[in-house]
Amino acid sequence: MTPQLLVFFVLAALAVIGALSLMLQKHPIHSALSLIVVMVALAGLYLLMGAEFVAAVQIIVYGGAIMVLFVFVIMLLNAGVEEHSNFSKLAGYAGVPLGIALTGFIAAAIARSTVSVQAATPGASIASTGDISRMLFKEFVYPFELTSFLILVAIMGALVLAQREK
Amino acid sequence: MIDSLTTFLNAHAFLIITIVKIALLLFIVLTVNAYLTWFERKMVAHIQSRWGPHRVGPHGLLQPLADGAKFLLKEDPTPAGVDKFVYYLAPLLALTLALTSLAVIPFGPDPIRVLGHDIYLSITPPDLNIGLLVLFAITALSVYGVALAGWSSNSKYPLLGGLRSSAQMISYELSMTLSVVGVLLMANSFNLSKIIMAQAAHPERGIFGWNIWPQLIGFFCFFTAAVAETNRVPFDLPEAESELVAGFHTEYASFKFAMFFIAEYTSMITVSCLCTIMFFGGWLSPFPASWHFAFYLPSLILIPFGLWVIWDGIRYETIWGRVILPGIGTAIALIGIALVVFPQVNDYIQAPFWFLAKVFAFLFFYVWMRGTLPRLRYDQLMSFGWKLLLPLSIANVIVTSFIILLRSPK
Repeated sequence: MTPQLLVFFVLAALAVIGALSLMLQKHPIHSALSLIVVMVALAGLYLLMGAEFVAAVQIIVYGGAIMVLFVFVIMLLNAGVEEHSNFSKLAGYAGVPLGIALTGFIAAAIARSTVSVQAATPGASIASTGDISRMLFKEFVYPFELTSFLILVAIMGALVLAQREK
Repeated sequence: MIDSLTTFLNAHAFLIITIVKIALLLFIVLTVNAYLTWFERKMVAHIQSRWGPHRVGPHGLLQPLADGAKFLLKEDPTPAGVDKFVYYLAPLLALTLALTSLAVIPFGPDPIRVLGHDIYLSITPPDLNIGLLVLFAITALSVYGVALAGWSSNSKYPLLGGLRSSAQMISYELSMTLSVVGVLLMANSFNLSKIIMAQAAHPERGIFGWNIWPQLIGFFCFFTAAVAETNRVPFDLPEAESELVAGFHTEYASFKFAMFFIAEYTSMITVSCLCTIMFFGGWLSPFPASWHFAFYLPSLILIPFGLWVIWDGIRYETIWGRVILPGIGTAIALIGIALVVFPQVNDYIQAPFWFLAKVFAFLFFYVWMRGTLPRLRYDQLMSFGWKLLLPLSIANVIVTSFIILLRSPK
């Protein structure tokens, strides 16, 4: 077992345990903390694949900004312990079979794929500012601008909602 | 036996060197933290015309040791009704993240050669391309220490402190991250060593080649936002003692409180290192490369300082002080003399000397602010962050990009 594989399994286990704990915890703050564990474990996996920039941004944006807002809102509303709802009929009849089917499909696809797993080649990572800007403003300029537009719309929506009370 | 040991050491050299470096850095940083509290209390006392600590040891120099012993030996009660797991996690998180951020700081450019291995003066390898991003990632996470401590204490003042801190950190993180974009545009890299070396493009300019001149607004935004991120005066609303008892750490006692304390001082050191690296040329000397006398400046500072400590020590009130202080002074002066005698060593310590000198200047600035500035009101804090710092840092990014575009060859 190479060190990379060992680190991969540790991080993958951390992500899965975090995701399970996110669903099973009763308190919203504990669930939010579990989600942070998932985000950080995913960042570690990106780092393992040589995507240094994406790993750092994953922690800054998801682990930092977004989850801080989650925690902040939970604290501000002082949300208490939640009760687990009874297993709904929709989840029982549709959710569980669909979930099992999806897992089966993904497992089959992975089992069939001929691409062998390999560690990232060092030095091939995209972390220079020039490369990132070239990707953002040349190759992916339209998706990038569209996302920016989407965020702008969301900001304006938030402004409208906040102003209504006056 | 010895052969197998040597092969083992050679095979795992990187790992062993890294562990030793981590232990050494932790030891140094924790000691510096302890004496930073002494320095801060002493400075603030003198700003306010008091003596500050002066009972434990000469000039109160053993006060940090006494404080440390107190933190370790005090009773450590856990209040009823706290969320145990999060309550214990919060100080651990705060301290761990604060100490981790020091791992990417490069303290000098040249490796030391020991037994055929190059040892760089930073824990991470010098070609770490995301150094600055790692620091911002850790800063982004460090709000949890404070926010969770406030929430898990299950008490009203800590909760208010935690809420204030989250709101403050969210508001100032934006301008902090945007304010360094100007530096990134000029250096064209996230690598901290490359950011420093980009400022050495014109060695004949010395201090005037640093980023602080073209990025004055960026520095103002960064430093203000960074002070707010570290919850220091004048942005220490999360622990405003006149309103919130002690804010988020009200319910923490003994060493768990000390962990928050150490975390705060460590992040002060990190912010000082970052300001030094990004705006003040890192380990570069402020003098042009052709000024040879600058080479002896470390000795020129150390020897008179050592002599002054000796002179001050022999007039000290207690016998203990009359023995210890001249001893310390002699040691400092001897280091200064040794640097003149061994030019190779002097050559090597130039870069770390300038780096640490600048970091110390920023730490002094931190203490100076604490001694002189009043705390901002909450609405002032918010409008300052959103209405002044954020537009200013965005304008800085736009102006810097335009100037770089105009200057770049067609």
